[in-house]
Amino acid sequence: MSSPLKPLPAWADVALIPLVNVAAAFIISGFVVLAIGENPLEAVQILIAGALGDLEGLGFTLFYATSFIFTGLAVAICFHAGLFNIGVEGQAYIAGLGAALAALNLGFLPGYSLVVAAILAAALFGAAFAAIPGYLQAYRDSHIVITTIMFNYIASALMGYLLVDVLRVPGQMNAETPGFSQYAIVPQFHELLALLGVHWPVTPFNLSFLLALAAAVGVWLLIWRTRLGYEIRTVGANPTAAIYGGISPARVTMVTTLLSGALAGGMATNVILGQEHRLILEFTGGFGFVGIAVALMGRAHPVGIILAAILFGVLYQGGDELAFEKPKISRDMIVVIQGLVVLFAGALEHIFRRPVATLLARRTSQPPI
Amino acid sequence: MELFDAFIVVFASGIRLGVPLILACLAGLWSERAGVVDIGLEGKMLAGAFAAAAAATFTGSAWAGLLAGVAATIVLSLIHGYASIDQRANQIVSGTAINLVADGMTALIGNAIWSQGGRTPQLPDTALFNPIELPFVSAIGQVPILGPVYQHLISGHDLVTYFAFLVVPLTYWALYSTRFGLRLRAVGENPAAVDTAGISVRGLRYGAVVICGVLVGLSGVYLSVAQAAYFQPHMSAGKGFIALAALVFAKWRPWPALGTCLLFGFLDAVAIRLQGVELPVIGPVPVQAIEALPYVLTVVLLAGFIGKAIPPRASGIPYVKER
Repeated sequence: MSSPLKPLPAWADVALIPLVNVAAAFIISGFVVLAIGENPLEAVQILIAGALGDLEGLGFTLFYATSFIFTGLAVAICFHAGLFNIGVEGQAYIAGLGAALAALNLGFLPGYSLVVAAILAAALFGAAFAAIPGYLQAYRDSHIVITTIMFNYIASALMGYLLVDVLRVPGQMNAETPGFSQYAIVPQFHELLALLGVHWPVTPFNLSFLLALAAAVGVWLLIWRTRLGYEIRTVGANPTAAIYGGISPARVTMVTTLLSGALAGGMATNVILGQEHRLILEFTGGFGFVGIAVALMGRAHPVGIILAAILFGVLYQGGDELAFEKPKISRDMIVVIQGLVVLFAGALEHIFRRPVATLLARRTSQPPI
Repeated sequence: MELFDAFIVVFASGIRLGVPLILACLAGLWSERAGVVDIGLEGKMLAGAFAAAAAATFTGSAWAGLLAGVAATIVLSLIHGYASIDQRANQIVSGTAINLVADGMTALIGNAIWSQGGRTPQLPDTALFNPIELPFVSAIGQVPILGPVYQHLISGHDLVTYFAFLVVPLTYWALYSTRFGLRLRAVGENPAAVDTAGISVRGLRYGAVVICGVLVGLSGVYLSVAQAAYFQPHMSAGKGFIALAALVFAKWRPWPALGTCLLFGFLDAVAIRLQGVELPVIGPVPVQAIEALPYVLTVVLLAGFIGKAIPPRASGIPYVKER
């Protein structure tokens, strides 16, 4: 067998290796574009222009990024506890139900306290839906990966039933709830800026973005600055040692999945309360799975997650423009990139470690002449 | 008699809906029994279906489609195998990656070639696996009760379906009555013991992963060149995950896997049949409830309320040979 590797310097571990991994994913994506007969460089140009070229594109990019920060954090917080929550998609979907029920039924609340209640309801419903897989993992020893996959489909069936048969406005074709009142809406930035006399094109970019940033800071504080965070990381690193240290892995598992579900609820806040202003079918659109890519790419650190979320925001918004200009490069290209990022930043994360280590070793220790 | 005929129709449709589940579930069984967890079944099924439809479109041959479909899934399986076995990666992450790449890539390439939103052109009958009439169908079909059973349930399926039913006893035999099967199961429970005996853990796991690729590839082939005559993006529609649920439900054993897949297929057929039907007492049937039933049943099982589902002990854990 090969000789064991010397540890890499910290900067290479934190920055270089992840960058090399993500670069590999994008280079392969470039070849895919080439293979379907388009020019990858031109595609990148259109993509970036569409996502960052004007204020409208930027607004959509940050709107998408907001959802991805939430779903990324939801996946990441579970990573720290050694758990894999594939159910963020379903949790966000059910969180949308909570937001809509609160927005439609708590109208007696004064002013904007209604939207606060709706945001809390989203978090609560998300957490509640994550609670069952969390409980089953913590106390009944059934694997959270399997149960959360099942729960994604249960969520989908449940919401389909509720929206088509229960919540739909009678006599309406579309399976959606009535629109929310103006106090059940997270204000969009273009409206706020208009109040200040600043013109910003109409985009769904809304105040949830600030909430997402606050959540990122909150997760950072929780994981690295609190006792609970220490317990989470300990359980993630070594459950046996955690028990020896007086930590209950079952309790930590339970708390972590609840927090994860609540964070997933943030995505519903962004889309349902911030953009749609009514509950619609399939509003999650796979963004829960983007969270997996974002969390892996951001190495489960809030700063990394924000950066990765913005990158995926660029991909989603720019991808729309790209699909419009180059019909051959449909939106599915973004899913391919996402998958390749998960592959290289996650599954094959060590594939470039040896070559990079060899390269660095050669550079630092030049043989004496 | 009318009710009986209706049952026959639903059962026959249940079998057709169960076939991709059986193949994918057994694929997962091979992989997980050797210690490699595979949540990428969904993506592989899609890739198999797309490659099969594309190859059948270009060549006009169902067999070429079959080969292409199986080849595509073997490639994906080997990627998953490389990540899981050699790179010692998190197998859930790797499976997720496979699902995403396959989901995006099939739709992307299909759209780039045929510009129909990812759908492949309709295949002619000559490029499909068509239903096979077993001998004496018309004669036996006249016999009451047994006749329709023979005519609609046993006869009239395509080659892939018959093969799927053949794979169950084959898997059972191979896993429990051959040396390879014994070793394969051992590698999923205690790879260190297998290694100590001088048998290659890596070789066995790669073997299992390739068998998994072949079987799940056939489930994709079935979707696009037997059940339907085209490929459409996302056409697996969660079947890979239902197969995964069935695998857990069957507690990783071949015969129960067959039963569970047929049950889930049957539930699906019932849900389709009852769409928009008003029942006397219940009123309109909440079809979504029936659709969610396989998942709910599996969760209830996992919760430990119907026996206990214990996965192979080493599944999901990369084997590290001590230096």
